[in-house]
Amino acid sequence: MSAATRAGPVLAADGTPLKRSLARALRMQKIRALLLVAPLLVFVLITFVTPIGQMLFRSVENDLVADTLPLTVAALADWDASAGELPEEPVFNALARDMIVAVREKNHTKLGTRLNYERTGMSSLFRKSGRQISRWDPEEDAPFRERLIDVHEGWGEIDTWKTIQTHSRRLTPGYFLNAVDMQLTPDGPMAQPESKRILIKLFGRTVWMSLVITVTCIILAYPVAYLLANLPLRKSNLLLIMVLLPFWTSLLVRTSAWKVLLQQQGVINDTLVWLGLVADEARLVMINNQFGTIVAMTHILLPFMILPIYSVMRTIPPAYVRAAKSLGATDWTAFWRVYFPQSVPGIGAGSILVFILAIGYYITPEIVGGTKGVFISNRIAYHISFSLNWGLAAALGTILLVAVLILYWCYDRIVGIDNVKLG
Amino acid sequence: MVSSDIDSAFVEFDHVQKSYDGETLVVKNLNLSMAKGEFLTMLGPSGSGKTTCLMMLAGFETATHGDIRLGGVSINNISPHKRGIGMVFQNYALFPHMTVAENLSFPLDVRRMPKAEREEKVMRALDMVQMGEFGGRRPAQLSGGQQQRIALARALVFEAELVLMDEPLGALDKQLREHMQFEIKHIVDGLGITVVYVTHDQTEALTMSDRVAVFNDGVIQQIAAPDELYERPRNSFVAQFIGENNTLTGSVTKIEEGAAEVTLDDGEVIDTVPVNVSAVGDRTRVSIRPERVEFDLSRLPPGAHTVNAEVMEFIYMGDTFRTRLRVAGNDEFIAKTRNAPGQNRLRPGAKLKIGWHPQDCRALDA
Ligand SMILES: Nc1ncnc2c1ncn2[C@@H]1O[C@H](COP(=O)(O)OP(=O)(O)OP(=O)(O)O)[C@@H](O)[C@H]1O
Ligand SMILES: [Mg+2]
Repeated sequence: MSAATRAGPVLAADGTPLKRSLARALRMQKIRALLLVAPLLVFVLITFVTPIGQMLFRSVENDLVADTLPLTVAALADWDASAGELPEEPVFNALARDMIVAVREKNHTKLGTRLNYERTGMSSLFRKSGRQISRWDPEEDAPFRERLIDVHEGWGEIDTWKTIQTHSRRLTPGYFLNAVDMQLTPDGPMAQPESKRILIKLFGRTVWMSLVITVTCIILAYPVAYLLANLPLRKSNLLLIMVLLPFWTSLLVRTSAWKVLLQQQGVINDTLVWLGLVADEARLVMINNQFGTIVAMTHILLPFMILPIYSVMRTIPPAYVRAAKSLGATDWTAFWRVYFPQSVPGIGAGSILVFILAIGYYITPEIVGGTKGVFISNRIAYHISFSLNWGLAAALGTILLVAVLILYWCYDRIVGIDNVKLG
Repeated sequence: MVSSDIDSAFVEFDHVQKSYDGETLVVKNLNLSMAKGEFLTMLGPSGSGKTTCLMMLAGFETATHGDIRLGGVSINNISPHKRGIGMVFQNYALFPHMTVAENLSFPLDVRRMPKAEREEKVMRALDMVQMGEFGGRRPAQLSGGQQQRIALARALVFEAELVLMDEPLGALDKQLREHMQFEIKHIVDGLGITVVYVTHDQTEALTMSDRVAVFNDGVIQQIAAPDELYERPRNSFVAQFIGENNTLTGSVTKIEEGAAEVTLDDGEVIDTVPVNVSAVGDRTRVSIRPERVEFDLSRLPPGAHTVNAEVMEFIYMGDTFRTRLRVAGNDEFIAKTRNAPGQNRLRPGAKLKIGWHPQDCRALDA
């Protein structure tokens, strides 16, 4: 009868297989679509994917030691650190030659800073010895073993060499270990000394406070979203504008406003004192601590909870609640057993949105958080702009990113991302 | 079953008015009483206030004025969940997050019925609508007709004496709708419950109801049994709205007990039954059903007036013929004849005389 009923591939009118001619017909469409998105794709690649990829890579990158001390690293390769003896002359020789080049190229202080993350004193060791080594000649001034130890007794310590050897590999797990309060020692990964263990606590606090903020947002947002979805149009539009109003105000202004309100000489304390509820010398401390951060961030993230819940509620026909009531349910039962379950996807969507935003928030905790209310992101910023330990900053950032992705994945498995409606 | 006896009224609207915005009345002075076990349909064009009436009865809207009584008790101040009125919504409103069985057990659950009894009733209700195997499904996994049955079962499962249905079949296709009409009627008759049914499908209203209330503009135009409504419409709105109808305009030239002579606008004279006319000179719209138009003048009573007609179009419809005629300046005058042996098939352009029994022709308001 027709081509389709014969055995073999279905043929188009001109005899080519139907699949191929279909693919050809679609190819032009695909190319055109690709051309249309190409500018955006390039833009995203250049400004988003590449920098982030590079930044993430810094968390394991460790080229500095191997690049600055190439001879030393090679010479140290067959030194057995566990034997408890200093390396032999060839290693010192290699170090001297490396350092002469490094000092000329002004790399030695950078290396000192890098190794100082792993062992205190390394920075000054490199800085101080660099000045003298630069005057040496690699041929005439040999042997170097005694001379180096003379210059700085640090070169006579086995741990110095161990540190160099341990961190000579080009990829290192060290930053990630640091990020979870451990360090890479010559004897393998170990816990940081007690006094330096702050990051795990900070991660925990970040997650805990983000959870508190999310829950507070749910509690505050749900009734507002309900009103938005159920008020007559004129009133709900007005309310929606009020909800969106904060978006038109600078984040800094909003956060600073909380400072004005919450500080000890602030509006709230003044009012409480004036009302006699609080004694003048016992003014409440509501800022520069966790309370301040939670209050300010709840306020700032509230719209991100209200809008998804509202958009889900808007799609729930009033007939459901009416049906429930006609079936004999009280107002509360109708709400709890019929309305609420249908609004849960909105709560889910709002919660992941708010939680993800909160967990990486920076400005607000920085301004109102004091020392006890800061987040992990403030620590990342500190390492980026003050301690300049970008590797650690990158490792912390990577952990944060992975945590969010895992969260997202869990949510997708449990609720299904298709159920999330944002508008 | 049909009763206008106020003492035995089960559902009663007493001078009920409703306004949403305080400016216009959506329901104007509604008086209605229903007997127990009656199937009453509210029929009317869109926006005529049918849903509003139903919602007032169910308790989701409050009457602006007047009294609504159920079993003799005013329910104006009783909240919806205490009224015990079953309701089927237009889009079924089956709870999407519950299974069919959970949907059905919801009204029993909120009444704190023990589990065993609950399950038994749910099973019985499901069997009643022939959906016994579907208890574990979600509403979204059912077809429209199946959802419709579940919605019906849910409204009936807690043994409400009064069930309201707001265009329950509106979303179904024609064939399924006809089937469900029959099924709903069958089930509610079997249970003897009272039903208020809203539709704007007049066939549905005529086939299912004991009485039909025709709404327009917030007023009941006529409330009567289907045959009465069809054969003796009380005004021209009802005549137009129910079934097919031919209209001719003219003025009354002679009137006596039970008969009026009307002179049409082109001067022809016909015999009518006076309904909304009372005096010579009244303007009137005359209504004749297409199937009551007679081509065979020998079957008319002696002395009956006839009018001139010209055939515009002849449509063969299988079981019937539809002939479009020009009568007294009206091009849309339809006559319907049965496809019987020897029935004349008229050609366009033919001129002839037609007539009708005077009692089939009603002089209504202009
Ligand atoms: N909640 C409301 N607020 C304001 N006006 C309303 C409301 N509900 C209905 N109306 C108005 O009341 C009038 C009657 O509406 P109703 O829903 O009772 O009509 P209906 O007869 O059920 O129509 P349909 O056949 O289209 O369902 C309409 O003009 C409508 O615009
Ligand atoms: Mg309606």
